[in-house]
Amino acid sequence: MNWADLNLMPALPELFMSGAILVILMLDAFISDAKRGMHYGLALLTLAVCALLQVQTYPVVPVHTFSGMFVSDALSSLVKLAMYGSTAIVLVYSRQYIADRGLLRGEFFSLALFALLGMNFMVSASSFVSLYMGLELLSLSLYSLIALQRDSVKATESAMKYFVLGALASGLLLYGISMIYGATGTLDLALVAKAIKAHTANDMLLVFGLVFIVAGLCFKLGAVPFHMWVPDVYQGSATAVTLMVGAAPKLAAFVFVLRILVQGLEAMVADWQAMLALVAVLSMAIGNITAIAQTNIKRMLAYSTISHMGFLLLGLLAGTPDGYAAALFYALIYVLMSMVSFGILLGLSRAGFECETLDDLKGLNSRNSWYALLMLLTMFSMAGVPPLAGFYAKFAVIKAIADIHLYWLAVVSVMMSLIGAFYYLRVVKNIYFDEAQDTSAIVMRADMKLVLSLNAIALLVLGVVPERVIVLCMQAMKQSLAAI
Amino acid sequence: MFTNQLSLVIWAPIVAGLLVLATGGDQRATMARWVAVAGALIGFLLSLPLFTGFDNLNGGMQFEEVKPWIASFGIQYHLGVDGISMLFVILNSFTTLMVVLAGWEVIKKRQSQYMAAFLIMSGLINGAFAALDAILFYVFFEGMLIPMYLIIGVWGGPRRVYASFKFFLYTLLGSLLMLVALIYLYFQAGKTFDIQAFQAIAKIPLHVQILLFIAFFLSFAVKVPMWPVHTWLPDAHVEAPTGGSMVLAAITLKIGAYGFLRFALPILPDAARELSWIMVALSLVAVVYIGLVALVQTDMKKLVAYSSISHMGFVTLGMFMFTGSHLNQWAVEGALVQMVSHGFVSAGMFFCIGVMYDRVHSRNIADYGGVANKMPIFAAFMMLFAMANSGLPATSGFAGEFMVIMGAVQVNFWYAALAATTLIFGAAYTLWMYKRVIFGEVSNHHVEEMADVNKREFLVLVVLAIAVLGMGLYPQGFVEKMHLSVNDLIAHVAQTKL
Repeated sequence: MNWADLNLMPALPELFMSGAILVILMLDAFISDAKRGMHYGLALLTLAVCALLQVQTYPVVPVHTFSGMFVSDALSSLVKLAMYGSTAIVLVYSRQYIADRGLLRGEFFSLALFALLGMNFMVSASSFVSLYMGLELLSLSLYSLIALQRDSVKATESAMKYFVLGALASGLLLYGISMIYGATGTLDLALVAKAIKAHTANDMLLVFGLVFIVAGLCFKLGAVPFHMWVPDVYQGSATAVTLMVGAAPKLAAFVFVLRILVQGLEAMVADWQAMLALVAVLSMAIGNITAIAQTNIKRMLAYSTISHMGFLLLGLLAGTPDGYAAALFYALIYVLMSMVSFGILLGLSRAGFECETLDDLKGLNSRNSWYALLMLLTMFSMAGVPPLAGFYAKFAVIKAIADIHLYWLAVVSVMMSLIGAFYYLRVVKNIYFDEAQDTSAIVMRADMKLVLSLNAIALLVLGVVPERVIVLCMQAMKQSLAAI
Repeated sequence: MFTNQLSLVIWAPIVAGLLVLATGGDQRATMARWVAVAGALIGFLLSLPLFTGFDNLNGGMQFEEVKPWIASFGIQYHLGVDGISMLFVILNSFTTLMVVLAGWEVIKKRQSQYMAAFLIMSGLINGAFAALDAILFYVFFEGMLIPMYLIIGVWGGPRRVYASFKFFLYTLLGSLLMLVALIYLYFQAGKTFDIQAFQAIAKIPLHVQILLFIAFFLSFAVKVPMWPVHTWLPDAHVEAPTGGSMVLAAITLKIGAYGFLRFALPILPDAARELSWIMVALSLVAVVYIGLVALVQTDMKKLVAYSSISHMGFVTLGMFMFTGSHLNQWAVEGALVQMVSHGFVSAGMFFCIGVMYDRVHSRNIADYGGVANKMPIFAAFMMLFAMANSGLPATSGFAGEFMVIMGAVQVNFWYAALAATTLIFGAAYTLWMYKRVIFGEVSNHHVEEMADVNKREFLVLVVLAIAVLGMGLYPQGFVEKMHLSVNDLIAHVAQTKL
């Protein structure tokens, strides 16, 4: 590598973030417990600067650097911006919660930012190696974040489960990647794509590799039949960490899947389309049906996530630019929705009390009608009822699969969302129809109140005028995929 | 009056609803009520120019508005009304005003949320009737489930949770399949969701038409509701508060029937012809069988709910009276008159029951008797609505039923004969209930303590009574508005798409 030619500009936000994380980590050793709140401010500042740098370096055409390992294109920039936003929101929501539970330490913030850094590399990777490195940085940070609450048996258990199963999935993924490497002789996504198109690769080896890769990817997304870890991890982790696992990483995982399957293995679309169709149907079915039986909201939301991932895969398996854009739109909206739902849970929890069963939400309307309304909007959005953003997300993916004439899949998916509507309605029922069991006052920090309100209202606003975001997704997809 | 009259009619109630919501908790209930009544009144006044400014000589869309909305998906903000939908926009704005008055001091808890839910729903319903873009229609059509779900669930009776879930999930089932059908049509119509473009699609094979028709059928038949997917209605009606029942019966049921006229018939004319015998059969079952079911009810609200299903059977019957490839004009217009009339009459009936319920807190027929002795004014009004419900000439109930029967006779005598039984059943269940509740000796101390209607209740009753009588004496005023639009519809349905 010629150092003089190394273009660091495309990776400027990442470089800044790495430096900032080290500062936060170092600072932790020098400040007293009373001033821990400083980390919170620093982390938010870091995210703001990163977002600013990201906007400044928003690329007109994809730019590669680090010998083609790293790419900065519209897709990665858009998703990174969303991830900065969502991480910042998660930190705001978590502030009080982690302070109440003794987690307000430098490690929490540095690990959260390390996870974000890993995600950034995942979405900007243009080679299997950098993809994998980003994924591992994310995963290891998440494992440790969960285990950070070390005196909680449940948290330790779920960290262990997540770690063991995650390692297994990484192994599957690596194994698949090695087969692809064996078949094509390269790890660069663009070169892999070229080799497959030119039919110079060993088909048998490729298909085997693909199966392992899809299995690994489904694990990371949390799609059936590789979903077992999701409910346990969601339930066992501290709610703030659950949100950390459930929000931005889903976006990163989606782009990760997109990079591998679409940019690398697009020529095998017929093979992975069939696999993903099966996975999508199973995820929607098992996710939605099992969610009905849950009494713990975190677990219910975990199953709801599984079903959402099924929907997201629908857009992906359409194999058209519109479908990919629809899936990206779905992922963005999903992150917005899951942040409000967990945000409310975080807001209702307080020192010594975890809001995590359906009963804890009973009578929320009589306790605080504003938060009740925010949760109502989120639940109906998740159920895909217009005029909320979740409707357009579902609409976009269903339209994408109808475009490739998979009408049976469209009908199956709408039936699954009908089943799903039941448990979202049940949450609304608890909030509005039932009497409160717990009448203690709800105390939220002002910044959290504001962000939570804006976050939920965004669902309504995007439901009324979704056009801008849809166009953004389409443009990002077009620009980034034109490169291959 | 304004260039964007329809947008105003849709958004004014919604904005008013948000304002009402902003008044906050029950400590400012009086303010919430006045804001609500002002919003409903403004909404109603804004809808009137649609009627007065309507050009009777134009069968097409009027007051049209087209703006880009979600261009990437081919969705436009396209509004417009013809002689069919215009009537329902006005009926809805009118009913909302009545509902706000009906809930005045009756609703004790969460006044502002109650009023806001109705106002927002009113705007959404206007939107569904005025939308000329399929997805815009769908958004309004589905969006109204949210306020209705809350209305039943929060302010409803003992089994409100069950009723609200049943209502929501039943309606969602149908509409989701319709969504897939709409997406199919989008690709057929050249990547647009414009309803008129859907209607103009030149060729759709019969088997596809039938599948699409089934999707539309499930969506709209649940809303109407037609037998056998009607079971949510009695539950929802019985458990809903008075205002909820009034809106459900007067308006939301009409959206289902309207959907058949706007989507199923003109977009899929061949399937409609092929399957018209099923629609006729289901409608006749609703008229006869549900009429008999109504006869044995012991709960007044349930009785009127079943009577609504039976009357809506008349509506769907009128809409599927084919002679060859032509719909019968009498029958279609009769169905429309019946829909508007049923809007007034059922609102009146449910309001009357609500008035009694507020005093005695029972809906059981057996708990009443001799109400006329204590509430003579009220008894007189209820008499009028009961007569209209049984289709007495000179009330609005008669005009529609008579026109549908006239049309049916031209198509098939036996259809008409079976349909006409409703005049007997309708009279039987309504008047028998009326007799047991209103006449006779004062049966118990609850009835003894009943006070006659107050000014607010009197106002609602008078307005509804004027509407019922006015429409019964001069149906022509409504028919002339819809005449050309119905002609257009019939001409359109007569073309084949095979």
